[in-house]
Amino acid sequence: MSLLSYLRSVAAKVFRRSELADEIEEELRSHIQHRADDLERSGMARSEAERRARIELGNRDKFRQESYEALGGNFIESIFQDIHFGIRVLRKSPGFTLIAIITLALAIGANALVFSILNTLVLRPPNVPRAQNLYMLEQNGQPSQSYPDYIDLRDRNRAFDGMALYTMAPAGLDAGSNPSSLWLYETSGNYFDVLGVKPYLGRFFHSDDEHGPNSAPYIVLSYAYWHSHFHSDPNAVGRVVQLNKIPFTILGVAQPKFRGTVLFFSPALWVPIVNQQQIQGNSDLDRRGARGMWIVARLKQGVTPAQATGDLNSIAAHLAKTYPKDDDNLTFSLARPGLLGDLLGGPIRAFVVGLMLLSLLILLAACANLGSLFAVRAAERGHEVALRLALGSSRRRILRQFLTEAYIVSLIGGALGVIGSNVLLRWLSAWQPIPNFPINVAVSPDARCYLVALFLALVSGLLFAIVPVRQVFKSDPYQVIKTGATGARLRRISTRDLLLAAQIAICAVLVTASLVAVRGLARSLRSNFGFDPHHAIQVNTDLDMAGYTGDRAHAMQRRMIDAVTTIPGVTVAAYADRVPLNLGWSDSSVYRDSTTDYRESNSAGYAVQYSVSPGYFRAAATAVLAGRTFTWHDDSKAPRVAVVNEEFARKIFGTPQKAMGGYFKLWGGTRVQVVGIVEDGKYKTLAEDPQPAMFLPILQSPSTDTWMIVRSNRSPQEIAAALDRTLHGLDPSLPLTINTWDREMNTALFAPRAATISLGVLGLLGAMLSITGIFGMAAYSVSKRLHELGIRVALGAQRRELLQTALGRAFKLLAFGSAVGLALGILASRVLAVIVYQATSRDPLVLGGVVLVMMLVGLIATWIPAQRALSADPAKLLREE
Amino acid sequence: MTNQAQLLPGTLDLLILRAVSLGPLHGYGILLRIGQISGNALLIEQGALYPGLFRLVRQGLLKSKWGVSENNRRAKFYELTAAGRRRLREETDNWNRLVAAITAALSAQPEEL
Repeated sequence: MSLLSYLRSVAAKVFRRSELADEIEEELRSHIQHRADDLERSGMARSEAERRARIELGNRDKFRQESYEALGGNFIESIFQDIHFGIRVLRKSPGFTLIAIITLALAIGANALVFSILNTLVLRPPNVPRAQNLYMLEQNGQPSQSYPDYIDLRDRNRAFDGMALYTMAPAGLDAGSNPSSLWLYETSGNYFDVLGVKPYLGRFFHSDDEHGPNSAPYIVLSYAYWHSHFHSDPNAVGRVVQLNKIPFTILGVAQPKFRGTVLFFSPALWVPIVNQQQIQGNSDLDRRGARGMWIVARLKQGVTPAQATGDLNSIAAHLAKTYPKDDDNLTFSLARPGLLGDLLGGPIRAFVVGLMLLSLLILLAACANLGSLFAVRAAERGHEVALRLALGSSRRRILRQFLTEAYIVSLIGGALGVIGSNVLLRWLSAWQPIPNFPINVAVSPDARCYLVALFLALVSGLLFAIVPVRQVFKSDPYQVIKTGATGARLRRISTRDLLLAAQIAICAVLVTASLVAVRGLARSLRSNFGFDPHHAIQVNTDLDMAGYTGDRAHAMQRRMIDAVTTIPGVTVAAYADRVPLNLGWSDSSVYRDSTTDYRESNSAGYAVQYSVSPGYFRAAATAVLAGRTFTWHDDSKAPRVAVVNEEFARKIFGTPQKAMGGYFKLWGGTRVQVVGIVEDGKYKTLAEDPQPAMFLPILQSPSTDTWMIVRSNRSPQEIAAALDRTLHGLDPSLPLTINTWDREMNTALFAPRAATISLGVLGLLGAMLSITGIFGMAAYSVSKRLHELGIRVALGAQRRELLQTALGRAFKLLAFGSAVGLALGILASRVLAVIVYQATSRDPLVLGGVVLVMMLVGLIATWIPAQRALSADPAKLLREE
Repeated sequence: MTNQAQLLPGTLDLLILRAVSLGPLHGYGILLRIGQISGNALLIEQGALYPGLFRLVRQGLLKSKWGVSENNRRAKFYELTAAGRRRLREETDNWNRLVAAITAALSAQPEEL
C-alpha cells in the first residue's frame, strides 16, 4: 500500500469526519437509485423498486460502518477518542486532576532542573570544537602548574597537538571614562589556537605575538563585556585602553558562547600571560615553584590518554633530575577540563550526580503516589469498567483508556514542570553568588534536556498507569454490577502498601538529609572562624591598578590607614594581602630550623600564609594567645618575625610553649622567629580541618593588592560612605570595593548554602508527596470501610478504637517507612559532610527533628480522613442502605 | 440463482480490479460488470462491494471521482491507478498458478502417483 494514499485517507478521516460519512451515505443512496432504475425498467413500480433495491443492498448500517473502517486510521482515530474521553473524565474530578498534575509538575520540574545543571556541568563538554580530546593536566592530583614547567611540557611532549596555559587575575580597565575593575584570563599565546575557537570580531593573539616579558599588550574582549561596556561598538577593535594604567590594544572580541575554559567563570577579557608583570605588578613566569596556573592540552589523534600520561611522566622524570629543588617527585595525570580538574570537579560532580539521584527518587515517589491515587480511582470506577466490559469492550481498550488518561496527566505535568524549571534556570544563570567575582553557572537547557523531560514524563505516566492494571484485568463485571464491589479481597500486604511505605521512606531520607544540612549550616555559622565578621567592613584596593608600585605603595597604604583611623566611629583599621575564607589562599612550605635542603620532600608541612599590617588581629578580632603582634617597626630592616596559629605551633614545634620564640624557615632558607601565637580559625573552607597558618608583617612581605579591615561602632552604610569619601579624597582614581565582611562571607558560605537550599527544597517536595500519598490511602480506606465503622460505633466502639481501625494501617506504614528512611538518611549524610561543615546525623536534634517532621506529615495527611471516620453515624449509614 | 458460487475470501478485490480495468465504473456498474463477465455465476452481496472499494482506494489501487451516470444520476466513478494495474497483473498470475495447482491436485489419479 502506498504510504501517501494511506496518510491522505487517514488525514481525511481526522479532519473531514462528517464529510466522509456523508459521502459514504450518498454513494450507497446512489447505488440504490441505480438498482431501482433497473428494476423499474423491468416493470416494477418506483416505490416497490426502491424497497427491493434497499433490501438487496443488505445491512446498510453494517456496510456503512465497514466502509468507514476500511478507510484506515482507526487506531489513530480511537486514540483521539480516548484523549477526548480522558479529558472529559479528568475534568469531572478537578481536585484529583489538579493534585496529580501539580505532583508531576513538581517532580518532573525538579528533574528537568537538576538534569540541566548536570548536563551543563558534567555531561556537556566545554563549548569548543572537538572538545572530546581536550584534557586538563594535573600534577600530584592538583591542577596548578608553573610557567617554566609548562614551557618544558609544551616543548618536550610528543602526545599533544597543543598545550595552553591560563590563570585568572583581577585588573582595572580604563577605556576613557569611569575605570572599572574586572577579572581576566592571562593565557599563553597559543590559547585560542589550541582550543580551536574563532573570533567574533577582529583577531585573537597567537604564539608569534609573544616576544618575552611585557611584549604583547593585547586584549581580547569577551562578547558580554564588549556588549555591556563598549555598547557592542565594532570600532572598539583597534582601540588602545588603559589596563592597570598601562596601554593595551584591543585585538578582537570572542564569540558570544565562548566563556573560556572554566565552566562557571566568565572573564571580561583575555590578555597574553607574558604581560603578567604589567597586570599583577609581579610575575611568576620565571619561578618554577610558583604553581598557580592551569594547563589545558589537546591530545593528538590516535594517542590514548594512558600513552599521553606516560609521555608526561617521562618529562616529569627529566624535570625532577634537572630541577630537584622544585620538581622533586612530580606525577602528571589527565583530568576532564572545565571544572579545574578533579579539585573542584570531583565534589561538584559528586554533588550534582547525588542531587540527580535524589530528584529521581522524588519522581519515583511521585509515581508511587499517583499510582495509588490512580488505583483508588480505578476501584471507584469499577462500575464504569464493569459496564464497558459487559457491553463488549475489550480489556485492552479499557487499559488503553486508563493509560491515555495517565499520559494526559503526565504530559501536562511534565510541560508545566519544564516551564517552571526554565524560569528557575534563567534566574540561576543570571545569579552571581560571590561578590566581585564573575562566578555564575550559565545553564541553558538544550534538546537533550527536553528529551529527558519528555522521556521521564512518558515513563512516569506508564509507571503509575500500570498500578491499577491488575485490578482491571481481574475485575469480574458480573460480580461488580451485582454487589457493587470490585471483589478484590483485602490482602495483608498489597503492592499499594509497599509503594506507600517506600515513598515514606524516600521522604524520610530527604527530610533527614536536609535537616542534617540545615543543622550543619547553622552550626558552621555559629562556629568560631578565628575572626569576627560582624561589625567589620572590608575595603579591597589594588594600588598597582592605580599606578602605585614599590615604596610609593607602602607610603600610600600607610596614609590610607592613618586617614581611615581618623574617621569618627572607627575603632581599628588594618590591612592584609588577603583575608581568611575569601577566594584563594596562599600555601607555603615551611621547614624546621635544622633543614638546609629545601626540596618539597624535606618540608615540615604547609601553612596558609597571610601578610598583615599592625593592628590586624584586633581588626579581625582574632584572639592572641601568647606573645606579641606586629608593630610598624617590623619592617624590611628588622629581623624576620611571624605570628602563627596553635595548629602551626603544634605541627611544626610540637607544643605552643616550644613554638614561642622558636625559629622556622621559609622556602629558600629565610629564618623566621615566632613572636606570637593566635587562635586557630577557618582559612580556606568552612568544612576544613584545623590548618596551620602563619602571619607575616606586611612590611616584610609586601603586597599592593590588599584588603583593609575596618572595625567600627557605627552602621555599615555610614562607615562605607565615609570610607569612600576619605579614600577617594587621597586619590580619586583609586579602584575600591567596599563591602561588609558579613557579605564577603557569602563566598565561603556558597557551597553549604547551595547544598542546604537544594536539599531543603527536595525535602519539602518529598514531604508534600508523602502527605498526598498517605492522605490518598487513608481517605480511600476510610471511605471503603465507612459501613464497618458505622457498625462498630453502633456496637459501642470508642473513638480510639475507631481511629485504630480506620487509620492503623496508615500509621503502621508511616512508622515502618520512616524508620527505614531514617536509617538510609543517616548513611547518606556521610556524603554531605564533605560539603557542609559539621554535617553529622548523630545529632539528637536531627533525629528528633526527623521523627517530629514525619509525625507531623502523618498528622496532616490523616486529619481529614480521621474526622470523617469519627463522624461515622450508624443511623445515617443505615438509612442510606 | 441457486447455482451461484460463494466467493472465496479475498477474491472480491481481484474481481473489482478486473471489472474496473475495462473502463471507469460506478459502484452499481461494477456489480453489473462482474455479473456480466462472470456469467452471473457468482453470489455477491451488493453492499459488501463498498467496504472493498474503500479499502482499494486507501491502498492506492483505485482512484475515485464524482460524476454523472448514464441514468443522469450523481455517482462516484472508480478507475485503476498504475499501482492497481500492476496489482491486477500480479494477482491474476497468482490466481492462475493457484488454480492450476489446485486443479492438478484435485484431478490427480491414483495410478499417476
